[in-house]
Parts: sequence; structure tokens; C-alpha cells
Amino acid sequence: MSFITGVGLTPFGKHEGSSSLDLMSKAAQAALDDAGLERAEIDGILCGYSTVSPHIMLATVFAEHFGIRPSYAHAVQVGGATGLAMTMLAHHLVEAGVARNVLVVAGENRLTGQSRDASIQALAQVGHPDYEVPLGPTIPAYYGLVANRYMHEYGVTEEDLAEFAVLMRTHACTHPGAQFQDRIEVADVMASKPVAMPLKLLDCCPVSDGGAAFVVSRERTGEAGVRIRGCAQAHTHQHVTAAPALSELGAEISVGRAKEATGLAISDVRYAAIYDSFTITLAMLLEDLGLAGRGEAAARVRAGHFSRDGAMPLNTHGGLLSYGHCGVGGAMAHLVETHLQMTGRATNRQVRDASIALLHGDGGVLSSHVSMFLERVR
Amino acid sequence: MSERIADWTQGVQVITFQTCTSCSHVQYFHRAFCAACGAPDPREQRASGKGRVYATSLVCRAATPETRPHVPFNILLVDCAEGFRMMAHGENDLAIGDEVSASFKPFAGRLVPFFAKDG
Repeated sequence: MSFITGVGLTPFGKHEGSSSLDLMSKAAQAALDDAGLERAEIDGILCGYSTVSPHIMLATVFAEHFGIRPSYAHAVQVGGATGLAMTMLAHHLVEAGVARNVLVVAGENRLTGQSRDASIQALAQVGHPDYEVPLGPTIPAYYGLVANRYMHEYGVTEEDLAEFAVLMRTHACTHPGAQFQDRIEVADVMASKPVAMPLKLLDCCPVSDGGAAFVVSRERTGEAGVRIRGCAQAHTHQHVTAAPALSELGAEISVGRAKEATGLAISDVRYAAIYDSFTITLAMLLEDLGLAGRGEAAARVRAGHFSRDGAMPLNTHGGLLSYGHCGVGGAMAHLVETHLQMTGRATNRQVRDASIALLHGDGGVLSSHVSMFLERVR
Repeated sequence: MSERIADWTQGVQVITFQTCTSCSHVQYFHRAFCAACGAPDPREQRASGKGRVYATSLVCRAATPETRPHVPFNILLVDCAEGFRMMAHGENDLAIGDEVSASFKPFAGRLVPFFAKDG
């Protein structure tokens, strides 16, 4: 058994003058404080990557900087799925008795540490170096292709996609740490600058500075326990050119495996934390995971289904789209928020019941998937 | 193993693909083996350049200074007649399902496959 015993999250946006290590340290300290653990009690470290400060041994660099001598440490790289992939690994390390308390940490000064061009260019390298990158695509273009096809096959419109941007912004407006706090409407999304059609600026997550961390432990340290009930992955391709049909993507496969591992069903889920790099990502993942029927996710947004007081509250911190996206830490914010919800500490954002949560992360172009069920135990 | 046919990724105005001599799997990304069954030396051929549009995305925000003068440009996924899918450029008004044929156009200092609507 494994528990998430502490979480830490910085505000996202601009952290002028903070390095990736600074942001990682800030989040890590907050997670340790939350868990009530000292540095000496941390015997495992898993960390994400930083595009601003790439290093072949980032976990060791961080361990030295932060002042921990762990018995297990390395970095993990699965793009946007890294946070949940690290959590899954920490869960198995703890269950196998390799470590007692694993610190999972990521942080990056992606907004102020490099030019926006450099960020866009670094990320576009997930494309095939010979057969895709020379064509000048961007990450929004890879997802734009997927969006174009998904809209064609399932009758989804640009206005439908805009609903997800509006929902995430509405949620972000209730979180003081979110990068964007101005309300937007569907018309604002529709009128925003074209990036890679059908995706417009407000369909895309921003580039942010920020950090996130949590501790995965063999034993719970506090009153309310959040247990990792089970998780699974699926990897179907790397490049969008080699992606399978829309009906055969990895989210459906990984959540199927996670359901099998836990014996849980989608009908058991009370809170959802789903990767939302673009509006299309969120729409597709909700439908692939079974949280909405095919082509029906937007209608559920309009009906309030995914709102704070709806039947399936979703990314109540504002997600990547509006809380922000600092790389690996971006999707880890989803787990931090889930933990706050499950432990009744989400203040003005608190939902009625977050007893069982489904988390899902996606890396590449819907290439790598991690699904995870968390359960509150008393 | 037969010599590799030079293609557009090497500056030649040719699109190539490979067919496995053992399981008949067709692949676009060049390899020394079949990615489906692992058999060595898949047969390499020139593609006809005919295909059907699978998806499009009109890029309006470029990633690099070299590609910026070209915006907007249309990125396509094309299902080619020989049974493989490729990424390419194409006319800005192409839609899913359009029958298309390839030529080559300069882009950011090199030649890239560019698809136009048939007829």
C-alpha cells in the first residue's frame, strides 16, 4: 500500500530570478512540511526534467542542492505524463520496500528562464527529426491535426472546444496561485489569435514558471489518508504520423488496465484530474476515459457536470489551461489539487465528495498515458 | 541489404516507403527492419505521391525564425495510396478526404513535400 502524505505547489506565472532548482526546492519544502517529514526521512527522490536547465543527473543535482542523501534517485522523462509516471513508480518502489518516503518533485522557470521561441522550439522536438520537424510544425500543430480529425469524426465544433478553456478559467479565478485570473467567454476564445487551426491562443496552455512536489510513503503521516489505489500506463506511438486510429488511443487502454488493477469503475469516481495541454486534449481524454460519451464532453461542460458543484468536478485549480504549465510540474498541480480536495483543504474550491479520484496524464501527442485512482481512507 | 533510395529528407524530390517481405507490413519511417515483425531488409520503393487528406492544421504561429516568413502554412497528414501515412505541407484550403498529389516546395531552406488537390 502507498499513501500520498504531503503535497506542495507554488503559484504559477512569473517567478523572476528563480531557477528551476529554486522552484523545485520551494515545492519540495512545502511537500515535506505538509507531510510532517524531515529531510533525513526521505530515502527516495524522483524528479522531472527541465528544458531550461537540462542535466543528465537532475535528481542527484537536486538531492545535493536540497540536502538529501537518498538511497534511490533518478529523473524520469515521459513528457506531460512524467508527473503521474513518477507517482506510479514511487507507488511501486514503496510497495516493493525499496523506499519508505519518496519525494516526487519538478519545477521549471520556463517562462522567464528562456524566450518563448526557445520553449516552443524545444517542445517541437518531440516530432520526428527527419520526417516531421523539417516541416516546421509546433506542438499546437500536432494537436491541431488531431483536433481537426476528432472534430470531423465526432461532430465536435470549435465552440465546443472553447467551453473547456472557459471552464478551466472559471476554476482558475477561484485559486490565488493561478496564472490567469480574468474571466473569459466562448466568444473570447473564438476571437483569440489563431495558433495552429483549429486551435487558437486560448485553446492552448500558457508557458509558466512554477514547481510542484509530493511525498509518496509506505505509511500515512496524518489524520486523513490518501491512498494510491492503483495505476497503469499505455504507450502506442511517439509521433503523430505513427499514431493509431482515434478509437485506439492509449487513454482508453491505460484506464482499462487501471480499472482492472483496482476493481474500480468510472461510476465510482467522484473527482477528475485530467491533462489539459489544449482544449482538444481535455475533450478527447474525457471521452476516451469514459467520463463523457463520444462527442458529448462539451455538452456536459455546458450542463455544469464538470463544475465545482457538478457531478464530476474537474481540475478545480484551473488546469494547465489557466493555472498554468511549467513543464513536468504543470500536471503535478492536478494531483496537488486532488489531494487538497480529498483531504478537505480546498477552501473556497472544496467539492462535496472527492472520496475517489481519477487522474490521467498524457505525454507527446497522446503518445504516453498514465491513469491513476486515488482513494481517501480514514 | 539493398542501398537506401535517397528521399526528400535527404534533399531529393522523392517520397519512399518500405514493405516487409515477410509480413507485408508497410512503413514510412525508414528502418533496417520491419517494425511489425522484426524481419530484416524491408523492400524500399518510391511512392506515387497520390493520397487522401487525413487531417490538416494551418500553422499561424511559427516555432523558429526560419519558418516565420512562411506562415500561414498548412501541415497535413496524408494517407498515401500505398498504405502509409505521412506528414507534409499542402494547399491552405484542403479538407479531410480530399484526393491529393505531391510536388515539392522550398521551405526554410529545403524542399518539402507539398500536396495539391487533384483535378
